[in-house]
Amino acid sequence: MKKGLLTKQNLCWVLLVAVVFGALQGLISAGIINPIYQTALMQIGINIILAVSLNLIIGITGQFSLGHAGFMCIGAYATGVMMKQGSPDIMGVLIGMAIGMAISAVIALIVAVPTLRLRGDYLAIATLGFGEIIRIVILNMDITNGAAGLVLPKVVTWQMIFIAVVICTVVIVNFGTSAPGRACIAIREDEIAAEAMGINTTKYKIIAFVIGAMVAAVAGSLYASSFYVIKPEMYTFNKSIDILVIVVFGGMGSVTGSFIAATVIGLINTFLQSFSSIRMIVYGAVLVLIMIFRPSGLLGTKEFTFSALFEKFEKNKEGK
Amino acid sequence: MASILKTRDLSREFGGLIAVDSVNLDIEENSLVGLIGPNGAGKTTLFNLLTGVYEPTRGMIMLQAEKSFTSIGGMKPYQITKMGLARTFQNIRLFKNKSVLDNVKIAMHKDIQYGVVAGILRLPSFFKEENRVHEMAMELLNEVHLADKANELAKNLPYGEQRRLEIARALATKPKILFLDEPAAGMNPQETKELTDLIRHIREQFKVTIILIEHDMSLVMNLCEKIYVLNYGECIACGTPEEIKNNPKVIEAYLGEDD
Repeated sequence: MKKGLLTKQNLCWVLLVAVVFGALQGLISAGIINPIYQTALMQIGINIILAVSLNLIIGITGQFSLGHAGFMCIGAYATGVMMKQGSPDIMGVLIGMAIGMAISAVIALIVAVPTLRLRGDYLAIATLGFGEIIRIVILNMDITNGAAGLVLPKVVTWQMIFIAVVICTVVIVNFGTSAPGRACIAIREDEIAAEAMGINTTKYKIIAFVIGAMVAAVAGSLYASSFYVIKPEMYTFNKSIDILVIVVFGGMGSVTGSFIAATVIGLINTFLQSFSSIRMIVYGAVLVLIMIFRPSGLLGTKEFTFSALFEKFEKNKEGK
Repeated sequence: MASILKTRDLSREFGGLIAVDSVNLDIEENSLVGLIGPNGAGKTTLFNLLTGVYEPTRGMIMLQAEKSFTSIGGMKPYQITKMGLARTFQNIRLFKNKSVLDNVKIAMHKDIQYGVVAGILRLPSFFKEENRVHEMAMELLNEVHLADKANELAKNLPYGEQRRLEIARALATKPKILFLDEPAAGMNPQETKELTDLIRHIREQFKVTIILIEHDMSLVMNLCEKIYVLNYGECIACGTPEEIKNNPKVIEAYLGEDD
């Protein structure tokens, strides 16, 4: 069984991405997706990137982190400062994004080395603390304009976010399905057995944490350059919880689950905006219902894959 | 025959309890060695010392590597696995939610010749290595008669097959020494017989040294060339199955003193 890049499955994914892109473009041109919904669309895209990156840490590697908003914050402010001090155009965004990813990677490394020795709730508390430290440092810096935040021009379009979603997802899915990703899954499944099978567990926990943090910085960077204002208060641990909710809702370890969850939650939020008084109640009720009826999330650890779909198809054929 | 693994004065204490007390092992290359003793004698603790789960309080563990002995006491488990020691667990520890095939592939980790970047960018080295690993994993599964279940989740296998998968997974790390912690626990006589044949076959096929802990005396006496007996952490006897059967100290440890 030779495997390569040009498989039926990969072609199907490319086709699916192209169809979704075309459909969105068409709906926007036809005016069915108005500017308000377009903003919601961009928000959903950013949430997908955040959820997929947190899924790498929590779902795939099994390390419970509550500091994800901190890394998003770094990306947002690196881009914000770059646009303010440098060039307020797409070049500025890209350079800021690269700087944000680099800083996030370094900070993640510093956070990971001591905290990833901890397990479960201890790790959650430690990462939560680090996330808050990042926010408070940014709150007290001059270049970030403190609590008032930064007002930035809108540079990024929904097409750019779409491309970023695709790239970030491919990076994380490819990581998850390669040997290092298998090592991470082994750590989630049974850390003692993983180590007995020759896997340096500390190393792979750190790698997953750093990649997750870098992708979160990309999301922060895109947010800063598409929503006009960034303030430190946007990146409290509430934001980390919001991302966590998407991951749990979609199913821990399922990237396609994160996609569906981010989209569903984004749509619920958008359609409930006109009933702002009951919005949080409905939102909460939906989450409770999902957790009662699907305690392991919408997809559990399962992924939607074309190869599974083809297999089903084949079986159905044989059945008839 | 030449020794492959030696311990000298190997001890491990937990607070005031001496779980393993000055154990001296001499394991010969390609031999089949049994480790027996009553419950709580320190057999699993000894395994955990040898495979790096615990650090020794005292003493040395020496592994023959390229004609000289290296001390492996106090190394991390993954480093010890890279040195050529692999194990199975008393209470099965498979990666339950992964397929049978993936369980074996995970254990081939140290052999894989591409890094994180090649994996993410899907460079040619990724496909080359993944194809190689896939074929090797399938060969191994063939050896333990699990090839037809390659795509099932590990947790869905019946008990006996889970034990066999654990052995295949340990073999995937290409060990020189294989530690089996109660491989026949919970098996019926038919399964135990199949397991005995499998262990013999593995030793021939993979040229490994096998050390096993087992309570099933028929299996131990039938299979092992040399047996160590532990009691209260101490090694009370060592010898061929015949010698062990007739050793008064061993009989006393198992059945109690004769007044």
